[in-house]
Amino acid sequence: MPKVVESVFQPASALDYLPRPELERLQLHRLRAVVKRAWDQVPLFRSRMEGRGLVPEDIRSLGDVSALAFTVKADLRDTYPFGLFASPMQDIVRLHASSGTTGKPIVVAYTRADLEVWSSVMVRSFAACGLHHGDIVQNAYGYGLFTGGLGAHYGAESLGATVIPISGGNTDRQIMVMSDFKVTAVCCTPSYFLHLVDRASELGVDLRKLPVRAGVFGAEPWTEAMRRHIEEAAGIKAFDIYGLSEIIGPGVAIECERQDGLHIFEDHFYPEIVDPETGQNLPEGEEGELVLTTLSKQAMPLIRYRTRDITALVPGACACGRTLRRMRRIGRRSDDMLIVRGVNVFPSQIETVLLEFEGTLPHYQIILTREHGLDQMEIQVEVTAHMFSDTVGALESLQDKLAEAMERVLQIRVQIVLVEPRTLQRSEGKARRVVDRRLS
Amino acid sequence: MKIIQLSVFAENKPGHIVAPCRLLAAAGVNIRALCLADTQRFGILRIIVRDWRAAAKLLEEAGFLVKPTEVLAIEVPDRPGGLARVLEALEGTSINIEYMYAFPFGRGEKAVLIFRFNDPDAALEKLQSAGIGMLAREELWE
Repeated sequence: MPKVVESVFQPASALDYLPRPELERLQLHRLRAVVKRAWDQVPLFRSRMEGRGLVPEDIRSLGDVSALAFTVKADLRDTYPFGLFASPMQDIVRLHASSGTTGKPIVVAYTRADLEVWSSVMVRSFAACGLHHGDIVQNAYGYGLFTGGLGAHYGAESLGATVIPISGGNTDRQIMVMSDFKVTAVCCTPSYFLHLVDRASELGVDLRKLPVRAGVFGAEPWTEAMRRHIEEAAGIKAFDIYGLSEIIGPGVAIECERQDGLHIFEDHFYPEIVDPETGQNLPEGEEGELVLTTLSKQAMPLIRYRTRDITALVPGACACGRTLRRMRRIGRRSDDMLIVRGVNVFPSQIETVLLEFEGTLPHYQIILTREHGLDQMEIQVEVTAHMFSDTVGALESLQDKLAEAMERVLQIRVQIVLVEPRTLQRSEGKARRVVDRRLS
Repeated sequence: MKIIQLSVFAENKPGHIVAPCRLLAAAGVNIRALCLADTQRFGILRIIVRDWRAAAKLLEEAGFLVKPTEVLAIEVPDRPGGLARVLEALEGTSINIEYMYAFPFGRGEKAVLIFRFNDPDAALEKLQSAGIGMLAREELWE
């Protein structure tokens, strides 16, 4: 990996600051190349273009991308495992797979050049969070088929940081390492970091007194309230990183020191916002589903991939000077949305209420059931030391107040159930927030 | 006399009370008095043990949610009117009983009442001036 040495002392990339016309020329050049590649190498893309009477040469401007068909997650499942690969197997140096919610996983592939692009966007991501050569990075993303672990690993190494490949899990050891190895930055999911914060406080370790100063958190939606809580409790700056395996993994977009939206690495990923219902492109600033086209992917280019993530592009330039456009942090995914008695409910709404009530985010789980044809929503909340009162009346009144606040926000009746600490299922990575038993 | 009682949160499901009790049993901790407050969904197990700090540590380390609470231990004769006399001493005040429980004590001629008042200090003063017998902490273990 000779490329690693080359990038060690480049904390930020000039590509983050390209004048827009120059960036757009680069994007168009790459878009035409990737569409041609998809047409030449991937039967699905070719047949979809043919179905619309299109040939690669029809793409003459960036706006022409909207003439192309969407690609959806089901396409990756339908072509499982290798049907969307655009490179011969001998050129593919890495495979990852994402955990599909049901059945077969989806498989993604990288050529050597794809891995270099991935590392470069991760280097730019870390640099945007103020990390550099000399930082000690504890990488608590899971290593393995999940893209988070290796993506952050090689990015941090290329940055010239010292990487601790601790992977997820074993929380007590994470805290010991964070303290003993003088870790300055942590990468993991925000819910796992919350768990680390809780456990550290149980162990009597004050994270605010440790050298750790930054967290790069991603792989699941989180709220601004959760960020404030993490920053306060751990004495760090918490940055949101965005990515998805289908596109590349982490490193599609990153917050800068302004923490006001995530800069999309537009030289590699072309963003659009569409109406999730109609698929129509929405004007800048309007909220809708993020659609991404990979501009430089070799092994597995994706054209207009529906991410299911709901966001908006931020109009105007960022005060940090980067010319890369920003998207709002992902508060929710279009498929996170629960429909309960016909009402749209997002887990992030529930988190906001819990945070306002408790000041910290207790672990919670949403249980959906159906009784006599009617949806029932129960929110189980792990009791924290702060909530626990010695009298039944105080606990019942807490339950009632939480239920009232939930009903105000969600517009549906909610049953709050207090449960014992550490009884709700948690994965070391993504928290399992919803148990839907309505159809079983 | 003010003593410390431990309150443990428990879900109202089969098997949820035995776990903390088993833990204390294994550590040789004897429970002097116990009371279970229950609702449909959860309960609060309230216990009085000799070394509450050690017991609380033990329970917390095992993942239980434990809250030490100040309660008053009052000694009364174990006969009709024992409790009424205590309550009468508080009549006409704003002191409220949040909960209470009782257990027989000694060789059957006495009972101990455990009270959680909204204002323990005011209650203590009122009861003492009415000549109600407070139980010293050590007496509980005789």
